[in-house]
Amino acid sequence: MFSQSKKEDILRNVLKGFPHPLSRKWTRGISVWLMCLGVLLLPFITDAALGRGWVRIADFSMLYIMLALGLNIVVGYAGLLDLGYIAFFAVGAYTYALAGSPHLALAFPAIFPDGVHLPFWLVLPLGAILAGIFGVLLGAPTLRLRGDYLAIVTLGFGEIIRIFMNNLNAPINFTNGPQGISRIDPIQVGGVSLNATQELFGITLPSVHLYFYLFLSLTLVIVLVSQRLEHSRIGRAWMAIREDEVAASAMGLNTRNLKLLAFAMGAMFGGVSGTLFAGFQGFVSPESFSLMESVMILCMVVLGGMGNIAGVIVGGVLLAILPEVLRHSVVPLQQSLFGKVLIDPESLRMLLFGTALILMMLYRPAGLLPSRLRRRELDDEEKVETL
Amino acid sequence: MDIFLQQIINGLVQGSVYALVALGYTMVYGILGLINFAHGEVVMVGALAAISALTALMGWGAPIWLALPLSVLFSIAACMALGYTIERVAYRPLRHAPRLAPLITAIGVSIVLQNLAMMIWGRGYLPFPTLFTNQSHTLGGAIINDIQLIIFSSALLMMAGLMVIVHRTRLGRAMRAVAENQHAAQLMGVDVNRVISLTFMLGSALAAVAGLMVSANYGLAHYYMGFLLGLKAFTAAVLGGIGNLRGAMVGGLLLGLIESLGAGYIGDLTHGFFGSNYQDVFAFIVLIGVLVFRPSGLLGERLAERA
Repeated sequence: MFSQSKKEDILRNVLKGFPHPLSRKWTRGISVWLMCLGVLLLPFITDAALGRGWVRIADFSMLYIMLALGLNIVVGYAGLLDLGYIAFFAVGAYTYALAGSPHLALAFPAIFPDGVHLPFWLVLPLGAILAGIFGVLLGAPTLRLRGDYLAIVTLGFGEIIRIFMNNLNAPINFTNGPQGISRIDPIQVGGVSLNATQELFGITLPSVHLYFYLFLSLTLVIVLVSQRLEHSRIGRAWMAIREDEVAASAMGLNTRNLKLLAFAMGAMFGGVSGTLFAGFQGFVSPESFSLMESVMILCMVVLGGMGNIAGVIVGGVLLAILPEVLRHSVVPLQQSLFGKVLIDPESLRMLLFGTALILMMLYRPAGLLPSRLRRRELDDEEKVETL
Repeated sequence: MDIFLQQIINGLVQGSVYALVALGYTMVYGILGLINFAHGEVVMVGALAAISALTALMGWGAPIWLALPLSVLFSIAACMALGYTIERVAYRPLRHAPRLAPLITAIGVSIVLQNLAMMIWGRGYLPFPTLFTNQSHTLGGAIINDIQLIIFSSALLMMAGLMVIVHRTRLGRAMRAVAENQHAAQLMGVDVNRVISLTFMLGSALAAVAGLMVSANYGLAHYYMGFLLGLKAFTAAVLGGIGNLRGAMVGGLLLGLIESLGAGYIGDLTHGFFGSNYQDVFAFIVLIGVLVFRPSGLLGERLAERA
C-alpha cells in the first residue's frame, strides 16, 4: 500500500513525540545533568576519593578557569596576544591584599592604625576596575600598532609590575617587597566567613568546599558573560577584527576602541580572580605572578581552543591538574628508574607547556576543542596569498 | 671620580651589547616582519655554551690565546645551529599562518629553551672564568677596565662587519631584496628560504658574541638572563626603528646610556624614593614612550602599522 520510504516517514512522525531512549538529544540532556551534578558534588567526591588537598586544587583550577576565560576574550575573541596577563591578576590580588589586611598600618600608622579592612564585595569591583585601568593604560599606546607590539609590551609589563611589587617596600612600605603581604581577611559571604567550617542544612562544609562553591558561582557568571559577549554585537566585531582588521575597519568598526575594550575587559576578569586569589590564600607575594604563570594561562587558552568557552574550560582544568599529577608521578618514576630525580617536575611542566604551545600551533592551531569559526580561520587550506 | 663620565662609559659598554642583540631582532623583522621572541634565549645559550667551553678548555690546560677563540667559535656555531633550528621548526611552517600563530610558537620556543638550559646548566649562576688580570684604566676621572674596552671595540668591529656583509656581498644584496619584496626577489632567482635561514644564523652569531660579552662583563651567566636582555634589545631595536640596521645600533647605544644615566641619577632626582633597583624599568618606559610618540623609531622611515 505504502512505499517503503512513505512507511519510514510515518514511523518517524509517530516516533517524533517520544524521544528515543538512545537519541542524541536524550543522551545529551542526561549527560549535561549528570555533569552538573558531578560538578556540584565535586568537592565531596574528591575529598572522599583523593583527600582534602585535591579539593584545594579544584579551587585553584576554578581560579585558573576564570583567568583563562578572561584571557580568552583578549586572545581568543579579539586575537590580541597578551603575554603578561598575570600582571592584571597581580593588580587584583594586591588590591585586596592592601584593602583587606593589617598591612597598611605599617606604612601609615597615623591614618590606618589597624590597616584597612574594606569588605570583600566592595574590593572585588574595585580590583576589577583597577586592573581594567591598567589594561587601558597599557593598551592605549600599543593597540593602534601591530599586534606584535602588544605582545612584547605586555611581556614587559608583566616583568615591570614584579619589579614594583618587589621594591615598593622602601622608603614607604606598600607591598612589603619579596616577603609579600600576609594576614589578608578571609572572604565573607553574607557575614559568614569562608575560612571556617560551616554547617548548612545539616551538611558540614569545610572552608575549601565553601570557597569551591563561591568560585564555581563566579566562574558561572564569567562563563555567562563570555557567552553573551561572544554572540553580541561587540563579540562579533572582535571576531571580525581578529580575522581581518582592515576589512573590519572598512566596515566602519572603530577597531582601536574595540581592541581596547577587549583588552580592558580581559584585564578586569584577571582582576576579579586576583582579588579572589588573595582572599583565598590569605597571602600574596610577587613570586605567584611570574611570567611562567602568564605562559601557563596562555597555554590553557591555546590548548583548549582559542575563542571556545568549553575548550578553554577543559584546557584550564587539564593544566591546573597537570602539575599535581606530575609531582605525584614523575618523581617516584625517576627514583625507581634512575635512583634519583634528574628532572624536577617544575621544569618538566614548563617544558611540556612550551612544547605544547609549539606543537598546537603547528598541528592543531584551533585547539583541542576548536570553535567552528576559529577552525575555519586558522585552517591552512584556504590560505589567501597576498602579494 | 666623575660619576657622569663613569655612567657614560658603563652605558656605552652595555649599549654596545644591546646593539648586537637588537641587530638580530631587526634583521629578522626586516625580512619576515616577525618579532623573534626567542632571540633573547639564543643570547643566553651563547653565554652558557661559551662559559662551558672555556671552563673545559682551560681545565685541559689550553692556553688562553687558544681557549678563548675556540670557545667563541664553539658558542657561535652552537647558536647558529640553534637559530637555524628555531626558524625551521617554529617559524617556517607558519609563514603564511595568521600572525598570532608564530608569536605563540615563539614564546613556546623561548620557554623550552629556558627550561632546557636550566636542566643542562642548573638553576644557579655560572661564574665566568678569569682569563687574565682585568686591569683598570682611568680616563678623565672615570674607570674603564680591559674587558669593557674589549667588549666595546669588538662590538663596533662586529657591527662594521655586518654592515659590510649587508651592503657589499651577494648575500647582503639578497637579504635586502627579500626584505624589500619577497615575491619579486624569488622571481629574480633569490633562494628566499636560504636567505631567511642565513639571516637567522647571522643574527644568532651576533647573539652568541653578545652573550659572551654580557657574561664576561658581569662575571656570570644563568638560564634566565636571556629574557630581560631580549626585552631590552627589542626596545633598542624599536627605539632605533625596527627593521633598520643602523637604527638598531643607535638605539642600542642610546638605550644603554639612558639606562645607566637613569639608574645613576634616579635616586637623586626622586630624593631616594626610587633607587637603582628600578634600572630595568627604564627600558620599558622608553619602549612605551617610543610607541606613543614615534612608533617608527628614530631612524625608521617605514610606518609601524602594516596591515
